[in-house]
Amino acid sequence: MTTKAKSKKPAVADDDIGSDIRLELFRMQLELRLCEKRAYDLFLQNLIKGTSHLSLGQEAIAAAFGVAMRPDDWTFCTYRGHAHTLARGASMSGVLGELMGRECGLLGGKGGSMHLTDVSKGAMGSYAIIGAHLPVAAGAAWSAQYRGTEQVAVCFFGDGTTNIGAFHEALNFSVVWKLPVIFVCENNLYMEYTPISAVTAVEHPAADRASAYGLEKIVVDGNDADAMYLTASKYIARARKGGGPALIEAMTYRHSGHSRADPGKYRPEGELEKWLERDPIKIYRERLLGLGIVEATLNDIEGEVMQQVNDATETAKASAPPSLDGIYKHVWADGGAAWRN
Amino acid sequence: MAELTYRDAVAAGIAQEMERDERVVFLGEDVAHAGGVFKATVGLLDKFGPKRVRDCPISEQAILGAAMGAAMTGLRPIAEIMFSDFLAVCWDIVANEIAKSRYMTNGQVQVPLVIRTANGAGSRFGAQHSQSVENWAMMIPGIKVVAPAFPADVKGLLAAAVRDDDPVLFFEQKSLYSFKGEVPDGEYVDELGKARVLRQGKDCTIVALALMVHRALAAAEILEKEHGISCTVVDVRSLVPLDTVTILAEVARTGRLVTVEENPRLCGWGAEIASIIADECFWELDGPIIRITTPHIPLPSADQLEDNTVPSVERIVREIREKID
Repeated sequence: MTTKAKSKKPAVADDDIGSDIRLELFRMQLELRLCEKRAYDLFLQNLIKGTSHLSLGQEAIAAAFGVAMRPDDWTFCTYRGHAHTLARGASMSGVLGELMGRECGLLGGKGGSMHLTDVSKGAMGSYAIIGAHLPVAAGAAWSAQYRGTEQVAVCFFGDGTTNIGAFHEALNFSVVWKLPVIFVCENNLYMEYTPISAVTAVEHPAADRASAYGLEKIVVDGNDADAMYLTASKYIARARKGGGPALIEAMTYRHSGHSRADPGKYRPEGELEKWLERDPIKIYRERLLGLGIVEATLNDIEGEVMQQVNDATETAKASAPPSLDGIYKHVWADGGAAWRN
Repeated sequence: MAELTYRDAVAAGIAQEMERDERVVFLGEDVAHAGGVFKATVGLLDKFGPKRVRDCPISEQAILGAAMGAAMTGLRPIAEIMFSDFLAVCWDIVANEIAKSRYMTNGQVQVPLVIRTANGAGSRFGAQHSQSVENWAMMIPGIKVVAPAFPADVKGLLAAAVRDDDPVLFFEQKSLYSFKGEVPDGEYVDELGKARVLRQGKDCTIVALALMVHRALAAAEILEKEHGISCTVVDVRSLVPLDTVTILAEVARTGRLVTVEENPRLCGWGAEIASIIADECFWELDGPIIRITTPHIPLPSADQLEDNTVPSVERIVREIREKID
């Protein structure tokens, strides 16, 4: 994100996003995609244990926010958080290393797939209890408001989160306190294994609830990186200037099951295929070509990102298992775990 | 030294820390304009203004979640959960989020906050507003647990909790709010994790917490004067960190341990202390460990029922006489 375009030569005239940012969006989506795919491959090789929730198919949302946010803004995400953490600039070897339980992991092997965090990049944690992080993001936004830093907190969550109490508590609280926080519902149509429509009173689980909190209804095509980027930029800017929170529902689809254990067999025939036609990276590549960006540029980016993923994989594989001392470190601020004298 | 009530010591402790450090903010339900349902935070809104002293909706998850997010990003919030029973509503934020974040992130995240809450019996509020739940908190790795018995400790330990870089759950015993005691003038900060020996005897060591400290002291007086049993009384003050050095030394000196606990019996804090004593002080013991607790039942409401449920002075005297004579 430090490479944010200062409008070099625009490849496309009169464009509101500009080719530099578009290429950044393309690159970031690829980074998220190829790193997630690598995570899946490493599972199959039994190099990644535990569970894992992939964002394959949903990359445009995290990428768009990653590009639109200021480096000192904060991200709060869920256990499906590899993409959102990478999108803030966390190292790929740190992410893959954490998934593989290696010393080089972002959390030294103590958090695992569901808790990726890189505070140095403003990635303030991946939370594995549905809904818990919405009020936490509100609290970070409160801190920014209190200190007058114009930082914004962005909180990602799935459609299933809209039916838990913390979602509603956090929205009401954030509106009443006019906090600079953006709530982003990634509606991928399924809460774990069950269609969200089967368990929710309204069609749009987030956006249709917005009016209850005095917020506007915002539904965006979550597979369109440009639409996501423009929406993210608009509401981040508004929040930064004191305009309060927004609730954005981004429509998307996960290409894989809920987690490692889920082959996604409950999905009706043809649904996945239909959404693969609307793969965010596929449509973005076509758009960039249509806007006159030469294919060689995109091929180069693809090659670079693949190399980056390969290098990160090798770094993670070469990293040792975490030292056992770590078990008794960092329970407390003194660095240790002592509960008695 | 000035004489303050336990309730006024709460406000004095918060005010002292808010004056000292602008990062300290205070939020909760009815805490600002109303000054708290127990009137323990009267005057703070006038003194520090609505930016720092904030009324919240009845949204315990939002209150503690917001306190956590603020603590992670540079503030030092004090959050009030009106009754400790309500912690069950937001226990995920306490037990899964606040307590675990530092560890799970390998030390990247710091959550320096204080959760104040009114705990325990004595007000006839029934089982959902009178439980003693300090043992719930003690079981969670990553959160410190403090429960003062005296106004001076309220102020001093609250100040220490605010300055601590770890999250602290601060239990105020609601029937002690009107109890008066001497509180040091000026800036006063105590230390977390230190028990206090309130009197020394030779026959047994009573270890107690919060309201039970007062009852243990009264029982010790009676046991000494009327029955010739001389008791040490230790006020634990802090369950986590736990001052085992003081407790072990006092139990070794008298050869007997009695815990007096307001929490229900199973996995009450005294069970952990009993286990430590059995492990590390067994050969110094002259007889079985005695645990005097609220029975393992939800707390009833009526005067007579509540009074006969929570350990009373009479019950402490009776049980110690029966088992130690």
